[in-house]
Amino acid sequence: MRDGMGMLSLKVTPFHPRTSELMQGNAWRRWAGFTVASCYEMAPDREYLAIRNACALIDVSPLFKYRVSGKDSLAFLNRLVTRDLSKLSVGQVAYGPWCDSRGKVVDDGTVMRLDDHEFRLTSAESSWRWLGDNAHGFDVFIADESDETAALSLQGPTSRALLEKLTGVRLSDVKYHWMRSIEIAQRPVLLTRTGYTGDLGYELWIRAEHALDVWDAVVSEGASFGLMPCGIWAMDVARIEAGLVMLDVDYTPSPKAFTANQASSPFELGLGWAVHLHKGDMVGKKALMQDRLKTDGLKLTGLEIDHAAFMSAHEELGLLTPLPFIPWRVVTPLFLDREQVGYATSGTWSPTLKKYIALAQVAARVARAGNKLTIDLMVDRERRPFAAVTTTLPFFNPERKRA
Amino acid sequence: MSGYDAIVIGAGHNGLVHAAYLARAGKKVLVLERRPVVGGATITEEIFPGFKFLTGSYLISLLRPEVIRELSLAKHGLELMPLESTLVPLQSGDYFADWPDHDMTREEIARHNRRDADIYPEYAATMKRIALWVKPLLDIAPPNPASNDPRDKMAMAMIAERLRAMSKSDFDLLCRLLTTSAADFLDEWFEGEALKGTKCTSGIIGTFLGPRSAGTGYVLLHHYLGEIDGVFRAWAFPRGGTGAFAQAVYSAARSFGVEVRTNAAVKQVIIKDGVAKGVALENGDEFYARRIISNADAKVTFLNLVDKKELSPDFVNDIRRFRTTSAACKVNLALDGLPTFTSIPKGKEALYRGSIEIAPSIDYVEKAYDDAKYGGWSTRPFMDALIPSLLDPGMAPPGKHVMSLFVQYASSELEGGWNAEKRATFLDIVIDTLSQYSPDIKSKILFKHINTPDELERQFALSSGNIFQGELALHQLFFLKPVPTFAHYKSPIKHLWMCGASTHPGGCITGAPGRNAAMSLLRDFQEESA
Repeated sequence: MRDGMGMLSLKVTPFHPRTSELMQGNAWRRWAGFTVASCYEMAPDREYLAIRNACALIDVSPLFKYRVSGKDSLAFLNRLVTRDLSKLSVGQVAYGPWCDSRGKVVDDGTVMRLDDHEFRLTSAESSWRWLGDNAHGFDVFIADESDETAALSLQGPTSRALLEKLTGVRLSDVKYHWMRSIEIAQRPVLLTRTGYTGDLGYELWIRAEHALDVWDAVVSEGASFGLMPCGIWAMDVARIEAGLVMLDVDYTPSPKAFTANQASSPFELGLGWAVHLHKGDMVGKKALMQDRLKTDGLKLTGLEIDHAAFMSAHEELGLLTPLPFIPWRVVTPLFLDREQVGYATSGTWSPTLKKYIALAQVAARVARAGNKLTIDLMVDRERRPFAAVTTTLPFFNPERKRA
Repeated sequence: MSGYDAIVIGAGHNGLVHAAYLARAGKKVLVLERRPVVGGATITEEIFPGFKFLTGSYLISLLRPEVIRELSLAKHGLELMPLESTLVPLQSGDYFADWPDHDMTREEIARHNRRDADIYPEYAATMKRIALWVKPLLDIAPPNPASNDPRDKMAMAMIAERLRAMSKSDFDLLCRLLTTSAADFLDEWFEGEALKGTKCTSGIIGTFLGPRSAGTGYVLLHHYLGEIDGVFRAWAFPRGGTGAFAQAVYSAARSFGVEVRTNAAVKQVIIKDGVAKGVALENGDEFYARRIISNADAKVTFLNLVDKKELSPDFVNDIRRFRTTSAACKVNLALDGLPTFTSIPKGKEALYRGSIEIAPSIDYVEKAYDDAKYGGWSTRPFMDALIPSLLDPGMAPPGKHVMSLFVQYASSELEGGWNAEKRATFLDIVIDTLSQYSPDIKSKILFKHINTPDELERQFALSSGNIFQGELALHQLFFLKPVPTFAHYKSPIKHLWMCGASTHPGGCITGAPGRNAAMSLLRDFQEESA
């Protein structure tokens, strides 16, 4: 009976038979209870470059996916999320947060309108209970399709050409945040022009039993488009460049907030643009109306850290500069003079921008672009202050993203 | 013989903790223990050669971190091994498991009920948050809310301040928790029977109440007040059993200069002119000290060790009414190899190392209570089993195992009284119940042993065998514990004090009554000399 004693196992995604063959450096990590790759090669550098210069294939199956259908599905979802979905056409996708009754963000994700009365919602956390509790009084049917739906994110400048070659369909008329039903390897695939990299890119929603067929077809055709399977580290660099917040990293979802002030309003997370207060009732509306006017809260901002000074500090000590090619996720205090005015939540070297960038939450009064704050960083074995200037987000926003 | 500052009656863990704190402050302390060994119900006994049995307490959670730190218990040999998992074998042949990992637990709860899986982290966080607010109350002497003494008023103000600092929703929840039953409270959160079954056991363990009895909500919270190395709600097995923990406290106490005498049963507290002066032993020896502190429970102390003529009839009545009826039993099995629990699938054998709870649903536990309510015992008892030899190989010879089972309910007020035959019959019921989930267990039993309430009373001098030295019921907690008039470790007899689990915050291995009483007593010494 001692066999296997102590063996605990995480779930694997439908692509695991392929991803596990690619893994070189045993760089696995957890994502929502699944085993996924941090990077496949020994270092993530080439995987990142594929996102910005060719195309990258990322297994995003651990996302939670729900199908919402029924007479009241639009009314139900429109009350749940902060965006106004009444103008969402069939075939269109909307990204945004949803809040609890105190106006604090529960999760963020996409709503896809599959049909008049049929939607798909994706989320970072399991939303089964939240959807169920909010469905009281609505004629809706909610199905959890997380396990039976595999998801691939195909991101980068050559992603469209690759998909066109693969499907023989022109995709330039699939606009940013729209979708199209396609076939890959004779398997039905829902294609959405979405992603988490701020680049031209698509996400493929595939029935789990077809996952390997689609993967194989994409990888085989992708060879001539510079396709690289890509792990979470490279995607993380890209999403910071794109100024996209990550649950559990840049904010604490309200159900997980141990104390009330750990939770965030969408206005604090730079998601105010996705809060449509003019629409009818929605969860948290009252609180959001008040929060919108608040001036004492935090605001999401970008930071450009003075990497020239960071480099000279190292060189003065005769050291090479260890720029973070793998993003850090350590809450790091930010100061104005001697006073802490906020904190950075994730930071990285941006190989595309040649800048040391970070996402931060700072007091609203210093959130305007151009404020010079300081951040303490380690130089060898000492902690040193460096200038960090607040900037607007996104850091990187290529035209091809929406073209 | 004199010259002692304090004599502690009983070397249970609170008595030893208490003595250690007094000696640490420079007092000359004598501890008198009736039995040949120290530890009281915190004991490991080799009843069957080579097999170490946990005949009393079996796990540690609520032990105050202050006690570990201030008495340097790690230095004195305390080693805690946190339990990793809980297994609940179900009657359907399936199982429910609580894993030491968020993702694993989530997946397991979702296997039974997906809504529960989503809400469970919120429940756990809420309970821990409320526990965090309530926890400081464990470490203070309860103030008298009706008193005008500035010290009481300050303590009440501190409590009010803490309650005000809670969020409204947490405060509302705390009020509900204190007034409702564990079952009703859990029903508000969860749907799955197995999850609610295992969670409700925290609300009834050690009490003579069912999960649907009012007041068990508090007990549920009480068990959330535990922490091991800062991790709330964790339970740990002390290497060598709870007896080894008692030895660590004993060693700490001696290092501070405490004198401990075993085989020294106190017959009576010597009282002159209403003031406690010393104790007389069964063997006729007498010892004198400035303070006498009883680690025995309130009933034993005031109904057996004190001449009742020294007490007012009101006080005696209050003590008589102090609820101690009990239904907890302790079973130990010496096993010729590891038993098989058929519901544990291949690859999940780690579950053998954790708690194994026979509590498949709230109804199962409530029925077990129903059976025992009127002087009976459960035909299908609730059990909390542990195989300590998987955690500490020293507990049994190589290849052999010991199993410790906490069992409820068998009434201390059994119709016709307890005897050897009835103890054997109930032990058979326990093993029959267990073998429903582990069919080969009977074939592995080399020796079996049960401590029923009457035995716990006889061996450990616990009234009605109550393992908490009195029910953890709201009407006898905090400033009502053990009686409203004397809830601050003092007694109506001048210089006679209490330091056992009959006093706040009550039972379990906490060291808190012993420590709190020592803090109050040291102040008393100070005021006397001032």
